Amino acid sequence: MDLDSITIALRSFWTVWLALLFTGIIVYAMWPGNRGKFDRAAQIPLKEDGQEF
Amino acid sequence: MASATLTPGAALGSQRVSEDVRYYEDVIRLFVIAAVFWGVIGFLAGVFIALQLAFPALNLGLEWTSFGRLRPVHTSAVIFAFGGNVLFATSLYSVQRTSRQFLFGGEGLSKFIFWNYNIFIVLAALSYVLGFSQGKEYAEPEWILDLYLTVIWVIYAVVFVGTVMTRRESHIYVANWFFMAFILTVAVLHLGNNVNLPVSLFGMKSYTFVSGVQSAMVQWWYGHNAVGFFLTAGFLGIMYYFVPKRAERPVYSYRLSIVHFWTLIFLYIWAGPHHLHYTALPDWAQTLGMTFSVMLWMPSWGGMINGIMTLSGAWDKLRTDPVLRFMVASVAFYGMSTFEGPLMSVKAVNALSHYTDWTVGHVHSGALGWVAFISFGAIYFLVPVLWKRQQLYSLRLVSLHFWTATIGIVLYITAMWVSGIMQGLMWRAYDNLGFLQYSFVETVAAMHPFYVIRAMGGLLFVAGALIMVYNLWRTAKGDVRIEKPYVSAPHKTAVGAA
Amino acid sequence: MAEEKKGFSHDTIERNTLLLIVLILITVSIGGLVQIVPLFTIESTIEKVDGVRPYTPLEMAGFNIYIREGCYNCHSQQIRPFRDEVERYGHYSLAAESMYDKPFQWSSKRTGPDLARVGGKYSNDWQVAHLVNPRAVVPESIMPGYAWMKDRPLKFDDVADHFKTLKVVGVPYSDDQIANAKADLALQKNPDADSKALAAFQKRYPKAVVANFTGNKDVTEMDALVAYLQVLGTLVDFTKYQSPKQLQQ
Repeated sequence: MDLDSITIALRSFWTVWLALLFTGIIVYAMWPGNRGKFDRAAQIPLKEDGQEF
Repeated sequence: MASATLTPGAALGSQRVSEDVRYYEDVIRLFVIAAVFWGVIGFLAGVFIALQLAFPALNLGLEWTSFGRLRPVHTSAVIFAFGGNVLFATSLYSVQRTSRQFLFGGEGLSKFIFWNYNIFIVLAALSYVLGFSQGKEYAEPEWILDLYLTVIWVIYAVVFVGTVMTRRESHIYVANWFFMAFILTVAVLHLGNNVNLPVSLFGMKSYTFVSGVQSAMVQWWYGHNAVGFFLTAGFLGIMYYFVPKRAERPVYSYRLSIVHFWTLIFLYIWAGPHHLHYTALPDWAQTLGMTFSVMLWMPSWGGMINGIMTLSGAWDKLRTDPVLRFMVASVAFYGMSTFEGPLMSVKAVNALSHYTDWTVGHVHSGALGWVAFISFGAIYFLVPVLWKRQQLYSLRLVSLHFWTATIGIVLYITAMWVSGIMQGLMWRAYDNLGFLQYSFVETVAAMHPFYVIRAMGGLLFVAGALIMVYNLWRTAKGDVRIEKPYVSAPHKTAVGAA
Repeated sequence: MAEEKKGFSHDTIERNTLLLIVLILITVSIGGLVQIVPLFTIESTIEKVDGVRPYTPLEMAGFNIYIREGCYNCHSQQIRPFRDEVERYGHYSLAAESMYDKPFQWSSKRTGPDLARVGGKYSNDWQVAHLVNPRAVVPESIMPGYAWMKDRPLKFDDVADHFKTLKVVGVPYSDDQIANAKADLALQKNPDADSKALAAFQKRYPKAVVANFTGNKDVTEMDALVAYLQVLGTLVDFTKYQSPKQLQQ
């Protein structure tokens, strides 16, 4: 199998691995255990700015 | 490594910052001044070349002032000078605060970035005017300037990543992900698109290793992702920090921002070939480019929803805070452009739109509406903070700027829609006898009124920017204009300007 | 921080900046690699056609002036396989026709007409008059005038160095072409030159247009630009080419 046929074969699978990747991202983002962490992270910009000079 | 310097207990869950956190703001002030300066210069250059298209005598017959040499000056001034300085200012400002850490490398490295980047801008603009160009859109600087920029960019990456790595906050805030993707990807794109061999070490001229169809693909891999990562990911970093900050509420959905981030950076990089539809680029590459461009619509609108919905429950702030209005309008324009973009990447639509002013209009709805508006919002937020003022000189003037600029954008993009679609249809029109109905120059002549309207739109946009300059100048001086205040809804406490 | 028990979680990524960097770089690399690398490996990317040759010294100088003046900001060099474009401009563009362009000049805007096959469409005199003052020839034109270019001597003494550089980056200039580069620069604009020299030149560069383009005694920048414009799209003989694409629209 030469490089051309490999790239052509891989290209035809892109929908599959795109769907897998997307599912992975969604599952991670929506995982119930991560909720508290994300809520705290979202507060980061709203914390006090601290001392400046 | 990085975790060794963390003090998670103190940072997490606590609203208080330890006493020794200090932020470096001198350099941020410089970047803000440079951004405003280059913004005005870049917008003016745009108006001038727009007028050249309506009135060709304005090319002046001089070699340095022809449209072909000045157009790169305009694009570089607005994208890299204005946009670049805005990105430096906002990213280096917010990374300190979201990391609770002084800039990595101290004052020296960030000042180095400021001076050298702005010297690079001046040299690049001079080189185009004097006739040195690689002949690639948005990548015109010749090899020696490319090397110079590479050094500056590496130091920028060191400062930004170094600050993130030495942070005292356990989590890396999502805005910093976007900034980091912007910095890294722009570095990859810049290096990948500028592999050139100079003719002589003492001359400016160089030739690329790739040629023809391959150079077309490499260039639009670069060009489209300059849009995707410089003008989108970087400015989304601004959105994710400054919109919540100004609205005084956390981003609508942090989970959505994670999905937004990974899908956006994954999909964007594939979209380049839609600039090459129906060309000699192989069909498989065009199809890939089109498919991914259409899919890109989803994360883009996810990001838009996330930005706009951050205001949910506080919609009246749009009425009472014109700075926030700038930011939210910018996100709305982002939504519009990222709907139009996938539409234009569909081959059937592209067959009509490509090579016409429709593309120019599309770029400007993104550049003026999204990039410039979110920048104005961030600058109006930053100046009172950086110059230690209680509030802006005048919120009414911010509102005036907003409406002037908005009318300018509407004039600009509608003129370009009409002229673009009209010209595309005229090119393919046949008469009853089966001959092409219009000669090319007839289609050029038909564009004239729209080129005049477009230039007027641009003039309004410049006028708005000058109102901003005046407002910021008075703010920095510490003046406060006596004017009717914006009254918020009765149950709310007034929103401070800073 | 209870959820940290899970071992590898996104939290690890966020705390570990370097890992985040690596993941970003992988994510943004996939698309570029899949689209760019095969263009170099798949042989059918560039059609097998006869006639495409590297530019002559004068044409190359013209190509570089074309880039210097930013002509690509308004003129495309890429005819799409549409009925109206083929009727207006000629056969749709092949990848082979720009295979020696560094960089490609396909452009993304047609404020002015496409130039992919402008070669031979107009006389040299017309091209010169048009470049000097476009509105003298085409009243509605909005193109800048380039009168200053007409008498400016061409500075291309280091043309052999340019050709050597181009050879390194993949343009197949022969030793003969490089050795004669400087002489060929003047030869192409001198139709009265020794006929044997001209025949050798034509052999090195088939279909090159030999003419005193501007009428100037010296080789000027405009000579170079017109020489370049006159060769555009003329190298492939389309009577011998089987077009694989169906015209659209």
